[in-house]
Amino acid sequence: MKFTTTLLASSAIVGAGTLAFADAHGNMAKDMTLVSWGGAYQASQDKAYVQPYLGMHSDVTAVWDESSAEAVAKLRAMNEAGNVTWDLVDVVAADAIRLCDEGLAMEIDADEVLAAAPDGTSASDDFGDLLVSDCFIPQIVYSTTFGYRTDMVGDTPPSKICDVFDLEAYPGKRSLEKRPINNMEWALLCDGVAKADVYDVLATPEGQEKALAKLDTIKDDVIWWSAGADTPQLLADGEIVMGSTYNGRLFSVIEEQKQPVAMLWDAQVFDLDGWIIPAGLPADRLARVMDFVKFATDTQRLADQSQYISYGPARLSSAPMVGKHADLGIDMAPHMPTDPNNAQNTFLYNYEFWADYRDDIDAKFQAWLAQ
Amino acid sequence: MVALTPISRKPVSFYVPVAAAAGAIAGLFVGTANGSGFLGVIIGAIIAGALAFLLTQIVKNEKLGRWATTIIVAGVGYFMAGIPGLIIGAAFGWFFGWFSFWLYEGRYRAKVAPYLTPGQVLWHFAFRVICGAIFVFLITPILVVMPLSFNAENFFTFTPEMLSFDPAGYSLKHYRDFFNSSDWQGAVWNSIKIAPAATFLSVSFGTLAAIGLSQQHVPFRRAIMAILISPMIVPLIISAAGMYFFYSRVGLQGTYLGVVLAHAALGIPFVIITVTATLVGFDRSLTRAAANMGANPVTTFFRVQMPLILPGVISGGLFAFITSFDEVVVVLFVGSAGQKTLPWQMFTGLREQISPTILAVATILVGISICLLTVVELLRRRSERLRGMSPT
Repeated sequence: MKFTTTLLASSAIVGAGTLAFADAHGNMAKDMTLVSWGGAYQASQDKAYVQPYLGMHSDVTAVWDESSAEAVAKLRAMNEAGNVTWDLVDVVAADAIRLCDEGLAMEIDADEVLAAAPDGTSASDDFGDLLVSDCFIPQIVYSTTFGYRTDMVGDTPPSKICDVFDLEAYPGKRSLEKRPINNMEWALLCDGVAKADVYDVLATPEGQEKALAKLDTIKDDVIWWSAGADTPQLLADGEIVMGSTYNGRLFSVIEEQKQPVAMLWDAQVFDLDGWIIPAGLPADRLARVMDFVKFATDTQRLADQSQYISYGPARLSSAPMVGKHADLGIDMAPHMPTDPNNAQNTFLYNYEFWADYRDDIDAKFQAWLAQ
Repeated sequence: MVALTPISRKPVSFYVPVAAAAGAIAGLFVGTANGSGFLGVIIGAIIAGALAFLLTQIVKNEKLGRWATTIIVAGVGYFMAGIPGLIIGAAFGWFFGWFSFWLYEGRYRAKVAPYLTPGQVLWHFAFRVICGAIFVFLITPILVVMPLSFNAENFFTFTPEMLSFDPAGYSLKHYRDFFNSSDWQGAVWNSIKIAPAATFLSVSFGTLAAIGLSQQHVPFRRAIMAILISPMIVPLIISAAGMYFFYSRVGLQGTYLGVVLAHAALGIPFVIITVTATLVGFDRSLTRAAANMGANPVTTFFRVQMPLILPGVISGGLFAFITSFDEVVVVLFVGSAGQKTLPWQMFTGLREQISPTILAVATILVGISICLLTVVELLRRRSERLRGMSPT
């Protein structure tokens, strides 16, 4: 009994202390928990805007949590438990749309919350079409594409997406992501479906069968990956001839780690990554996050990020400011997925289609995998 | 060693097939590594069988034959795979040279009892081979990690430079990474702060619970025991999810205290079980004797009972410590990024970025574990010696 009262008393004191502290220092919280993907991408965010921000506000601390991969599930659990501990969460656009629909992410007015471009263009015009959801604050454009071992493909390196499905010309294992998204589209493209019709075909059960039948032709030679680091490791090991992953990972393998790997940009699939603010933050934490996010997504900061990783900045006004790699000193523009040379044949990921069909096609894909 | 059994030379029809069978197994490994297991089995069997025949029937001089085999096979290995091939080849050559004569001379019977049937002799050696194989399967994954942690590349790959023992292929950079990265150092400190606190709580509560539950007059002893050891039986993910929702409501989620309490709950069953086991051998009349001489219960516990059950308490505490130090599931739920422990950091590192820094950490942890266990074992022997329980 005595122990319980002591415990209660001490926690009450701690609680009161925290409140008093928040009041005494204006109405902004001093700590932020930022959620991201880990690895080189998180490092680029840290260098481009988190460290500069902390440098400007010496009394603020930021903690990273590498939980973006399960952000949707964790935010749901936090919401149910009534205890949201995250302040800013980095997610892909599709997850942002889901979180927004479920009311787990806060809706924002881009022009009010985000900084305008240096020339005065409003934030909503500067981000343009990339504001795919009312809750989503885009940071980067990335693409999912293929890398291949230059020493394992003979004299004619692969140049078309359909070379992935060509086991005769390029024998050996390839790695694909363990989910239907992107793989189904690539399969249909290589089965003779025109680019404009891919999603119409994929909406029908016959089209889904067709895509799986095409994937079936290489199934025995596929290693399925689930983490972005898998394909780079497999390529470095020489376990696979070619494999899909995020273009920034391949840049790191090729330019930073100097592995005998090259990019296959054909039919790369663009996607977006950005911040969401969890719904229901207390006022002091919300004020801090708003202050941070305005700084972190301005034109200069997004351009700075491209010094560390080969993902395209989401703002139009940042594009001309893309410079050289911070350590290697090479021009980053030719490594961007949006560079005209790389973007000769790109594929646009259809958010609405996958929002509607994902569960259904996922089930079929998993059943096919288990066969 | 004096032979227990008189030995005699064996017929060709016996030892050549046996040597061939051993060669087939070795061939399976070499063949699989080079693309065809089946071909490896056949070639291995033929070479080993022919070698056994050649050595015993044609060369006959044992010393010369064994040296020649070792050198020739090592040369073939070097030709096939460079310096690593040389070492593996030398080991193979030495083994098959020895094995051929061992069978031919009948030496394998020398150290087993004379009355054993051939089947029993076979089992005698098969048993040792199986034990050795289990040992190899347990230990190899750990051993592979160690050289890889000195990789100069940022991948889990044995590079050609590493395989040819070129110093340029090795580096300490992943160890530097570990010691210079604030993420890793933060994780180490969190683990060091959490594990001892959780162990202390587990040992205190677990020992008290075990002593209480070993009293005859406590009602519902079995039911209470079952509840207390349930964290060990219920799947960890269930405990973790339950703790997450409960701790969120009482404000413990994402706090240092919350993680310590969660880990203490996981560690208590180990302490209860080990202490209960040592209490079985504890003579209750000693506590009555102490009471008779005027000691109060607390003094009795610390002066009489505790020293006698100490081995159980220590090993329970060791288990509780390792549980907390190795635990990743519960801390992912109950902790927040501020309580990122070493296993958590390794888990996310492995998923998001396959970096040999993880291997460097693993190597350091294996080293620490070996040191800890060695120290504990030495202390145990010392105390046994002091108490006169062991002859030396």
